Amino acid sequence: MGVFMHLCRTTNQILSKSGYRMSSLRQYSQSSVLPLPMTRNPYTMPTISAFCTEDNVSECISYINREVSSLGFPLLCTESNNGPELNLVAVLNNVYNLLQLHRRCLQTVEDIEVEQVKSNSNMDYLQLSNTRLKDQLELSKRENTGLLERERQLQLKVKSLHNCLKNEKEEVQKLQSIIASRATQYNHDMKRKEREFGKLKERLNQLLIDKKDKKQTFEVLNYVGRSDGKRSLWKTGKTEARHEGEMYKTLLNDYDSRHKDLLMENAELKKVLQQMKRDMVTILSPRKPSQSGEKHDDSLEQTSSEEDEVCDSSRESLELSCEHAREQLTNSIRQQWRRLKSHVERLDSQASLVGERANMNAIPKEVHEEEMDRLKLEIQQYKDFIHTQQQLLQQQLNSPCDDETASLLNDCYMQEEKERLKEDWKSFEEKRKNFEAERRNFTEAAIRLSHERKAFEEDRATWLKHQFLNLTPFGDQMKPQMSKSQSALSGWAESEVRPMSTPAKLNKSLSHTAFSTSRASPAKTPSTADLYRTHRLIPEKRYPTHDLDIHNRSKLQSIHIHGR
Amino acid sequence: MPFSEEWLLSGHSTIKATCVQYRLVVRDVNTLQILHLYTCLDQIVHMEWSSDSLFILCAMYKRGLVQVWSLEQPDWYCKIDEGSIGLVSSRWSPDGRHILNTTEFHLRVTVWSLCTKAVSYIKYPKACQKGIDFSRDGCYMALAERRDCRDYVSVFVCDDWHLLRHFETETQDLAGVEWSPNGCVLAVWDSCLEYKVLLYSLDGRLLSTFSAYEWSLGIKSLAWSPSSQFLAIGSYDGKVRILNHITWKKVTEFDHPASINNTKAVVYKEVERKPVVGSADLSIQQHITMGSTLFNTQSKYEICPLPVQVPVVKPDLDRANPKVGVSSMAFSSDNRYLATKNDNMACVVWVWDMQRLGLLAVLEQTSAVRCFQWDPRRPRLALCTGNAKLYLWSPAGCVSVQVPAEGGFQVQSVTWHCSGDSLILLGKEQLCLCYMEVGEEEEEDDDVK
Repeated sequence: MGVFMHLCRTTNQILSKSGYRMSSLRQYSQSSVLPLPMTRNPYTMPTISAFCTEDNVSECISYINREVSSLGFPLLCTESNNGPELNLVAVLNNVYNLLQLHRRCLQTVEDIEVEQVKSNSNMDYLQLSNTRLKDQLELSKRENTGLLERERQLQLKVKSLHNCLKNEKEEVQKLQSIIASRATQYNHDMKRKEREFGKLKERLNQLLIDKKDKKQTFEVLNYVGRSDGKRSLWKTGKTEARHEGEMYKTLLNDYDSRHKDLLMENAELKKVLQQMKRDMVTILSPRKPSQSGEKHDDSLEQTSSEEDEVCDSSRESLELSCEHAREQLTNSIRQQWRRLKSHVERLDSQASLVGERANMNAIPKEVHEEEMDRLKLEIQQYKDFIHTQQQLLQQQLNSPCDDETASLLNDCYMQEEKERLKEDWKSFEEKRKNFEAERRNFTEAAIRLSHERKAFEEDRATWLKHQFLNLTPFGDQMKPQMSKSQSALSGWAESEVRPMSTPAKLNKSLSHTAFSTSRASPAKTPSTADLYRTHRLIPEKRYPTHDLDIHNRSKLQSIHIHGR
Repeated sequence: MPFSEEWLLSGHSTIKATCVQYRLVVRDVNTLQILHLYTCLDQIVHMEWSSDSLFILCAMYKRGLVQVWSLEQPDWYCKIDEGSIGLVSSRWSPDGRHILNTTEFHLRVTVWSLCTKAVSYIKYPKACQKGIDFSRDGCYMALAERRDCRDYVSVFVCDDWHLLRHFETETQDLAGVEWSPNGCVLAVWDSCLEYKVLLYSLDGRLLSTFSAYEWSLGIKSLAWSPSSQFLAIGSYDGKVRILNHITWKKVTEFDHPASINNTKAVVYKEVERKPVVGSADLSIQQHITMGSTLFNTQSKYEICPLPVQVPVVKPDLDRANPKVGVSSMAFSSDNRYLATKNDNMACVVWVWDMQRLGLLAVLEQTSAVRCFQWDPRRPRLALCTGNAKLYLWSPAGCVSVQVPAEGGFQVQSVTWHCSGDSLILLGKEQLCLCYMEVGEEEEEDDDVK
């Protein structure tokens, strides 16, 4: 019992110590049937009474038996005839075994925990060392790059130093070659001088030895006059002064001419600058409305007004040509130029923008090329055409043909017109002749008429006279008077026929005067040719002209008057 | 002897004089008829017409003699004997009545007058590239002197040889003096060891100094433009620098690069067409005719498209006066063009447009250009390269003319007549007169032995 009690006490102690562990074991037991209140508190023991009560002793025993047998321990209780009896020894053994097991487990747990702590600390240590190493690595990497950089720089330096060295070497070589060439030149000169010196010495020796000095001689047949024909002057102070004067005159003339040239050049350049300025101003000023930004306009206006001022002032000072005006001019031109430049730059940028946008609208290259080809083809065709035309023309000109056809061909373009013209002329001539004849006839008729009138008047006068004289109541005498007048009339008619030629002549002459000149002198005696002509003409055309006479008497009168 | 013959065209251009050994032959230019024949005492080394073409000076340096002949009076004679002092050079004064003899070792310059008995001596003349220069109007003479290791320039009035001005120049070693065509400015340049050009006014004032660079070899040649507006300076670095007469500052510099591109210039290249020699079954007659044509290869100019590589000859820099740099320059008479030759590229003549200040034309020949000269009236350049052809350039184009002479005529130098109507082509033993006609060209050969 004492042992049992001791064991119980130890068990209790152990149990009390390892309460937590029991609960943890319980957690792990899979065949836990009875739920027991689990607590985490290691110092509180789970109440054993909760597991086994007076009711479920046998179940507990069987359960424990089962568990124990699975663990390999002897059974707790054996079946006896009085029912299940607890084998105390077995129970104690089992308890002891369990306690051993528990102790072992605890030991292992402790070991494991120790291991875990160890590994944790190891890990911590490793982590620390890792970070430390990482830092170190970082640092060393940076150092490395720094070193590489330095190395690169040093290499560059080395290269540049190499170059410098090379240059210096080259320069040294060049200088050496220069020195060498100078040395050769010096040597050469030296040798030359030595040779001359030697010759001098020889000559001196020769002269000393010879001692007969061949003097200079000058033989001339007669002295020649000066080239400019003047006589030479004595050398006096006056001539010296004259020479000086002439020298200064030449110099001054030269300076004058140069000064003039420079002035002219300056004037030209100033003109050009003015022109340029004006052009720039005109180029820039029309852009005013199209420009964006009022500021710009204002500035332009300002400067344009300035420009006007400057223009005026510089125009004035062209004559003065003072430095101030020159400066003003150049400054204004610079200003304008800057403005023009900025303007052009702006235009350029605008153009590029527009160009980008208009690329879509622009004629594609192929179409453009096609167009070009077409145009070229057309041009070629036209050229060929012109060429063939030329050839034909040449052929025409060169083709051999006789004079007639040649002249015909030459005038072929005008032939029709010529013929027409000829016809016209012919008809015109005819008409003219007709007209002339008519006129002649008219005048003839007019003359005849006047003559007839005169005769009639005379007759009338005689008749009246007769009447007056024979104014009697005798009726018989009337009739013969009548017949007389009739006969006078007939006589008159006869007289009309008889002096046919003379009135005709007179007519002709009158007609001539009427026709040919407007301010004709009184009628002339006609020439024999005229007479002949009229004789020929009159009988033919007598008949129609009579009628004409009668009808166109007024016309004749007018012609007559006109002829006078 | 370097010259077996020499010739001269009189300033008034109807007569020309040729000298052979010690004989002086005067001919009419148009008919080549001999007008006068003179005999000198020794071999003639130098011959010169006086400015009014009435006298001819014949200098014999070995004997120290100068003989002067008159054309109006063939009987007239004049003999100047320098005696033991020797003679190095002899020339006329601009008025044609004084003779300036430079003695040996440049001890002094003696001025002999043909009008009076006066003789003038000028001491310490400098022996340099161009120590004496007369102004174009003949009024003044500039003479370079060296005294006590210093350079001086003396300006004399040619009327009576009165010393007008005497001033020291700031040069190390004066190499030459040249008057501007208007006679108001004197250009003085230093030796090739120092690039320095000094410009003095007629009255001796220093107007300006120009120095393009230091240390390298300097000025090789100098040329004034006929209007005195520009001064062209050709130097050993192969560049020509142009100064303007108002500020005496550089207006531009012309470079002669080995490869030409990006210019508006026209490059003319002479192309030779050698006649093809036929097979052996040609008859002898044909061979003979072929023989003469073998010497005369046809050549013509072709226009090369840019870029063009110009043949460059690397000079031997170990020798003094190396063949580098611009050695000859000439302005055309109307001031518009400048022709230059760079010694590196001896086959090429460069023509520059002075209005545009840019390269106008490049003429590349098959052999080295020996001489070129502008027509005194028109912008026409004649050049020769030592073969039997004459080359002419004008702004309208370029032409290569075959000189119709029997084989072996090599044109060594070219000189224009002062009217610009004819040219003289000098060969070694022959000379050829070339007449320029408007629209056609006639050539006349002259064999003078």
